[in-house]
Amino acid sequence: MPTHTFKLNGKQISVEAEDNVRLLWVLRDLLGVTGPKYGCALEVCKSCTSHINGKAFNPCSVQVKDIAPGDEVTTIEGLPATVGKDLHPMQEAWLKYDVAQCGYCQPGQIMAAVAKVKQAQKEGRDITDADLDELRNICRCGTYSRIREAVKAGAEDMGA
Amino acid sequence: MAEHRRSLDRPSDQPDGRRGLLGRRKVLGYLIAAPTLAVGVSWLTNESDPRAADAAVPSLPQPADIFDLGDLQNLAAAPTSGLITVQLKSDGTAYFAVPRTEVGQGITTAFAMMVAEELDLPMNKVEIALADARPELLMNQLTGGSNSMRSMYLPVRTAAAVARQRLVETAATRWGVDAAKVTTRKGVLSGPSGRTATYGSLAKLAATAQTITVSAELKDPSEFSVLGKPRNRVDGHDIVTGRKQFAMDLDVPGAKPTMVARPPTINGTLKSINNLAELRALPGITDVVGITHGVAIRGETFGQCIDAIQKVDATWGPGTVDGESDATVLAKLRAAQLPMAAPSLPLLTKTIDAEFVFAFASNSPLEPDCAIADVGPDSAEIWSCLKVPIVAQEDIAKQLGLPIDAVKVHVTQGGGSFGRHLFHDVAAEAAEISQKMGKAVKLSWSRTDNFRQGRTHPMCTSRVRVNYLAGNVLTYEQRHTSVETDFGHGLGEMITAFAADIPVGGNLSFAETIFALTQSSPYNFGVTTQLLNEIPLKFNTGSMRNIYSPNVVCAEELVVDQLAAKMGQDPVRFRRNFLKDQRLLAVLNKAAEVGSWGKAMPKGTAQGVGVHSEYRAAVATLVEIDCRPETVNRPVEGEGVTGPRVTKAVIVVDPGFCINPRGLEAQMFGGLQDAIALALTSSLHIKNGIPLEGSWDNYFYTREWNSPLDVQVVIMPNTSESPSGAGELSVAPAFAAIACAYARATGTMPTYFPINHGKLSFEPLPLQPSTPQSPTDGLDHTF
Repeated sequence: MPTHTFKLNGKQISVEAEDNVRLLWVLRDLLGVTGPKYGCALEVCKSCTSHINGKAFNPCSVQVKDIAPGDEVTTIEGLPATVGKDLHPMQEAWLKYDVAQCGYCQPGQIMAAVAKVKQAQKEGRDITDADLDELRNICRCGTYSRIREAVKAGAEDMGA
Repeated sequence: MAEHRRSLDRPSDQPDGRRGLLGRRKVLGYLIAAPTLAVGVSWLTNESDPRAADAAVPSLPQPADIFDLGDLQNLAAAPTSGLITVQLKSDGTAYFAVPRTEVGQGITTAFAMMVAEELDLPMNKVEIALADARPELLMNQLTGGSNSMRSMYLPVRTAAAVARQRLVETAATRWGVDAAKVTTRKGVLSGPSGRTATYGSLAKLAATAQTITVSAELKDPSEFSVLGKPRNRVDGHDIVTGRKQFAMDLDVPGAKPTMVARPPTINGTLKSINNLAELRALPGITDVVGITHGVAIRGETFGQCIDAIQKVDATWGPGTVDGESDATVLAKLRAAQLPMAAPSLPLLTKTIDAEFVFAFASNSPLEPDCAIADVGPDSAEIWSCLKVPIVAQEDIAKQLGLPIDAVKVHVTQGGGSFGRHLFHDVAAEAAEISQKMGKAVKLSWSRTDNFRQGRTHPMCTSRVRVNYLAGNVLTYEQRHTSVETDFGHGLGEMITAFAADIPVGGNLSFAETIFALTQSSPYNFGVTTQLLNEIPLKFNTGSMRNIYSPNVVCAEELVVDQLAAKMGQDPVRFRRNFLKDQRLLAVLNKAAEVGSWGKAMPKGTAQGVGVHSEYRAAVATLVEIDCRPETVNRPVEGEGVTGPRVTKAVIVVDPGFCINPRGLEAQMFGGLQDAIALALTSSLHIKNGIPLEGSWDNYFYTREWNSPLDVQVVIMPNTSESPSGAGELSVAPAFAAIACAYARATGTMPTYFPINHGKLSFEPLPLQPSTPQSPTDGLDHTF
């Protein structure tokens, strides 16, 4: 069975898996990293959203062979370390606004929010409601109002 | 106050607020009368000024006014509530295993608040877990009907208060002082001469002492420092760090990923697997077995199970509704509608007749159904999110041929429920597979399974006929007709679960009881009857958040707006005139004030209002909707729908006693988003025995781009010492308000919901293989 290596949450790891296995299952079933959730495996619900090289992506729709040894994969578990703190400002905002209900979508929501804010900041502007309208992450509990509040607050604390 | 105005929760007739669970409402005497469907109401005449509220022809109370579903559940729960215990550990934390399920509604936070309040403990010293199936609890282990707070508010506080009292008496005995001289604060006992002891230090002593009867006193609400104050979720930190565990996240030794290839119609059966050897040889696959409704595949990863599903060659037997499509079901519903029965009416009486159709809807949460099963020759162990674990335990034991006590059932936290987890379909299937494979399995339904084979809120029609004359409504008749809603879970144990299965009476009479106990017109509309009929089509159905109310209330409120228009009255003013209930009137007035009812709105936009009382609460929702072409036709990237946008919502709620304003507000938000979906975008299209929807890009639950930017929740001052139900509360009035706003904005009353159901806005996924292959282009869509 092929061995794959890449950087996961700050550590270079190796894992044996068939080439075509989607990264979500490599993370969850083989590596025990369960923060990214399975909601559809169709790149639709976005509950597995994580980062690759700092950008949001859906590991349910990437074959493990397509991850290069130099790629950095960050899941919700590794997000705080990217800012060298116990919690990322977006996680702090999530707690402050008590965003979660069941919590199933929230790791993906937070990872998508961080990427969306970074995207706006790279363009030298604040995050807008139009940006937030582009988020496709399903929250079946319907916490959308608090997600909006928290993303805006988290964005302020993320700085430029 | 007009005499015929009622109060949903009658004021206390005892000043100290310390009443028994059932002593509170004297309506218990109505128990025997309650479940009857004979709503033969006589009408009274009233000749007062038709402009005054008093002029409305009063309606006699309907069953749900006197004795509602929650009361039935409370009554069912009463004999066993005494078994609820709070344990104090030697580290000073209180441990409470809730015989309920947390699915996002926030009950663990609310229970922690109750314990913290009555035990005088900091919140972080309270540990709340979910109890395994406890058959001895009989009917007191069902999470549903928005009943957890109502049924457990007093018992849980009582348990905590008794624990505190035991600690006080233990300290007093040890110190040789009068218990009255011992006080508690933040987990510390204090006595005369500055003596102190932590709860933890006395936990053992208190626990090993012989059990004694302690007459604990509950705090007066005026003393509360935790209850009634906003608190964030107790599991918030675990959630935002990805640590919160759901069934699929559990690491049970040997329980490898398992999925099922399924037939192309609902409840189809497996006749044969034609390439078993090939499937068993696929990479990563450990086991393949045929089961009742499919081919079960166990492997090293879920991804490889999905790969194997693509290769399954099976012969399928028919399902239970193979010939049915939306149109055939609707025709059957119309044929089954009960007749209207208005008595002969005076000359010049005018009539409004309306019929509303509500499409099938999915109650699937975001977390796909998941269960772990480890079945051996003599015992079995199950892990799953189960709202009725006792029935699951008994059913699975019977299925496996094991004694009940050989089946251990663990309740996991759920990634939402919305009614789905009332049933244990996935746990039963996991048990079947584990038994056949002789190995532990972690079974997950795929997303497509969840939509196509999972339970649904069934299609239904609501016909309304109103007769009115000279500013008065003389009769209000509503005939609700639905595909059978499965209440096979009963009230939490096999006696009532079995009642829903009895051929005579059976599910329909149980459903009629649920309907009668939950539905109640809030208006003085003279002779009022609301009746249910159900047709026994074998779709997979069940309760969805708020069960019948979203449909029944939407239909009623749309007709109320029509009535107001016919009588030349403003919708809010009309409701003020005809509402029976003071609490509803108060929330309506508040919503109209906060939402600036009647303000000038651009053409193509409008306000709408809806009111509803259930679970001993009252809610009014005011929304603004934008139906202008530039909004309706706004683009969205990829698959998805836009359409009219609810731009603003004001939800005013009177929850009786508000336990946690933060949690209550969250539930109001969630119900609103459900309502937007039900009214405007999300439904299942049934074609030849199966829903076409297979993903969240087909089943259009509300997304950010369809959610309002401006949502306000106003919580009224407490009107009671008892909490009402909250989890389902806001769906119905918001659905009604959105429908009414849409009708006012477009000038056309919608009669088929959701309004976009007539147009299929997606390309259906193939029916076979039953779970589609995952994409591989994820790296092309990074941002």
